[in-house]
Amino acid sequence: MSRSRALPLAVFTALIVLVQLATGLADKGQYLTQLTMAAYYALPILGLTLLMGYAGQISIGHAGFFAIGGYVSGFLTTFNLTELSSRWWVRAAARLHLLAAGQDAFASQTLVVRAWPACIAALLITIVVAYLIGKPVLRLKGHFLAMATLGFGTIVYRLVLGTSALGAADGISDVPAFHLLPGLDVSGKSALRISNYYVAWGLVLVTVILLGNLIHSRIGRAMRAIHGAEEAATASGIDTQDTKLKMFVLSAVLAALGGVFLTHYNGGIGPSEASIMKSVRMVAIVAIGGMANLWGALIMGVALNFLSMRGSFGSYDDAVFGVILLLIMLLSPQGLLRADLARRLVRMVSRRPKEPVT
Amino acid sequence: MNLLTVKGLGKSFGGLRAVDDVGFAVATGTIKAVIGPNGAGKSTLFNLVFGAIVPDQGSVEFAGTRLAAGRPHRSVSAGMARTFQHIRLFPQMTALENVMVGRHTRSRSGFLSSLVPLPWTRREERAIRAEALSAMQFLGIQALAESDATHLAYGEQRSVELARALASQPKLLLLDEPAAGLNMRETVDLGKLIRRIRDSGVTVLLVEHDMGLVMGISDEIVVLCQGQKIAEDKPLAIQKNPEVVRAYLGDDDA
Amino acid sequence: MTFALLLQYLVAGVTYGAIYAIVAIGFGIVYNATGIINFAQGEFVMLGGMLAVSLQAFLPLPVAVLFAVLITMGVGALVEILFIRWLDRPTVLRMIVITIGLSIGMRELALLVWGEGVRSLPYFTGDAVSALSVGDVHVSPQVLWVLGTVGVIVAFLVLFFGKTRLGRQMRACAANRDAARLCGIDAKGMVTLSFVLAAGIGALAGCVVSPITYVQYDSGTNLAIKGFTVAVLGGLGNSAAALGGGIILGVIESLSIIVLPAAYKDVVAIALLLAILVFRPAGVFGNAATARLKEHA
Repeated sequence: MSRSRALPLAVFTALIVLVQLATGLADKGQYLTQLTMAAYYALPILGLTLLMGYAGQISIGHAGFFAIGGYVSGFLTTFNLTELSSRWWVRAAARLHLLAAGQDAFASQTLVVRAWPACIAALLITIVVAYLIGKPVLRLKGHFLAMATLGFGTIVYRLVLGTSALGAADGISDVPAFHLLPGLDVSGKSALRISNYYVAWGLVLVTVILLGNLIHSRIGRAMRAIHGAEEAATASGIDTQDTKLKMFVLSAVLAALGGVFLTHYNGGIGPSEASIMKSVRMVAIVAIGGMANLWGALIMGVALNFLSMRGSFGSYDDAVFGVILLLIMLLSPQGLLRADLARRLVRMVSRRPKEPVT
Repeated sequence: MNLLTVKGLGKSFGGLRAVDDVGFAVATGTIKAVIGPNGAGKSTLFNLVFGAIVPDQGSVEFAGTRLAAGRPHRSVSAGMARTFQHIRLFPQMTALENVMVGRHTRSRSGFLSSLVPLPWTRREERAIRAEALSAMQFLGIQALAESDATHLAYGEQRSVELARALASQPKLLLLDEPAAGLNMRETVDLGKLIRRIRDSGVTVLLVEHDMGLVMGISDEIVVLCQGQKIAEDKPLAIQKNPEVVRAYLGDDDA
Repeated sequence: MTFALLLQYLVAGVTYGAIYAIVAIGFGIVYNATGIINFAQGEFVMLGGMLAVSLQAFLPLPVAVLFAVLITMGVGALVEILFIRWLDRPTVLRMIVITIGLSIGMRELALLVWGEGVRSLPYFTGDAVSALSVGDVHVSPQVLWVLGTVGVIVAFLVLFFGKTRLGRQMRACAANRDAARLCGIDAKGMVTLSFVLAAGIGALAGCVVSPITYVQYDSGTNLAIKGFTVAVLGGLGNSAAALGGGIILGVIESLSIIVLPAAYKDVVAIALLLAILVFRPAGVFGNAATARLKEHA
């Protein structure tokens, strides 16, 4: 990995640790909770940055994928299969160690899917849905993807809002902890606040590294080529439809992953997570962060989501993001944290003194 | 041996017959030029050969197999490469990165292996870089490697685009008006360069307006007029062909 | 399901469908002039209705509607001048995001001014229970107002673009902006005019349908999606096809209650949109404008 990539990662890791220690010292533990949530919201934002900034495609329905992730895993880990325990597929699932038995608050028997299989199921469903939407729509002009994703997000919202099995307006609650590894749980218990903080930000860090690898690889170059000059990309032998589709699916999977983890962390999920305004928020953050700028989107995402969660925007929450989006797109479509400026800054800092500064 | 065989190609746009029953062949290791007055259908023919548009009639046979039209990226995998009349370089990428994209069909690392780079993908990435650099060296522009591609001078950008096309190690190179915007001396250099490309084993098909260049380097010339082929012959014969002269200068005495 | 009930559903479907058609026509006017889909078109409809409701508190109804339409047309011009005009060859992505931002901005402003409540104009003739009856089928006179207004709008547009000098100039600009400019046509003015026109017809539609459907600060988004569905059905830039497509969508949506829970009614339009995109992207009617929209950006 080049110096210019490793340096920001090191700085960021240090920052994560510092913030945690600082909140511990200042006894502001609840900040950690909000920062953990912000981390999980950062995952769809990173995916969207890849899609919008690097691949040049727009999606105004990414909250829909986030919600699919959260609702599928939330539903599977809370839906009691005890009544159906004689069915063959329930018994088969039990034999494959996919289920967990337990007792609920009223001491009656529960049988639910375990968190890991539920997570994988959520991601697989997301892949299928993203593929089905993306394949026909990506070969059309940008407006179509925008409308199709807007429509998709609206469908998801209406479906989860109107289906009683998914909790309708109340959503799903009492979602159990996600036993990631023996001894490492994702849940909202305040005793596990610190470890959860590191799990969340560890996940974000790994995502940034992987996406960075992708961007600097052959496929990443192909993606940037498509964004820059699609006809020339085709003329260089790139299968543009296939590449665009893969980017779309990847960004959807990242969003779903965020949904899965946040649902376990919060112990539940509601229809508002699928709302169009949540999708627009993500687009606004990617835009202000610099479009093709993973770090920019990350920083802006954490800052804005953190403030939003603390209620700093009051009842104008949605309006703030809408206005941000508008202003950025009008005045500075490259975003505030311009990728090329940031690159130059990093290069200046990490270069050996003798080499000229670009 | 014919590398490229075009048979009975036809294409209409609305009511306009852009290309009408055009057929010719390009022998391996030669330079063939397509010329004709404006509106003769040269660009349409070019795009049909490359596979960027689907013909209404006819076929394109390349390296022994029939080309599936409408999927130009497959033409590239099969061994074709092209340049554009109006330069299309990738913005926000260096010249070297632009040329590295040219290696796309000669490399394999896919989606998953790009996310988590394995030793073989790292090796392939180094190989891509080296091959791209050598394509730039062939054209003498390796010094431009780290420059932002779209900030280069016009002539340099043309060279980068050519390097990108050559990087894919094509069997057939399609050049779309390569001399556009070049002065006389640059055009002479271009002619020498195209001959060097041909000598290195690449067959060349070019569309061009500059008669000096065309007559100087082509082994054979195809002349189009209003979508139809009116002549296909060696340069000297073409110059003497009365039909060709009439097509360019017009028929009337006015 | 009696025949009379079926007819009632059909009438409802045609009524709503006519409004969706107006939204699609609005999309088409702006798209033909600028090449962009103005996501805020639904908000023009909403604004017309909301403004008229506020104005008719102290103005007679026809005057209130007139002023509501005029003010919305002014807003359309303002939007174009402030946000669209000075952009220098923007990318499709940027334009999409800008118009989405505008849509949200207008929606939040409406929320600020009018709050969350639903509003409606009084019925133009009669009231909520008056009905014209043909046998067992009872139709509110407002339905006739809606269909009549939409018919007049479409007729006006056909005449405007077909026969008037201004309309022909707009078509020239849409076909080839540079050539039009060389002929002395004020291309920038044409763009503003397209926004004004789209805003005006949207506002009028919003006024005439509000007694039946009510308007709310967020009515716009739904309308935009449904209007886009109609546009994809082939109605982009073609008023007749838009009407046809709108009616088809409205009827399908209305009859969907027979098989789906009412909560999912809005989903029908979107599902239809996605289905069309998957199976017949050329659109059911398919015309040149929609085809152009299909090409790669």
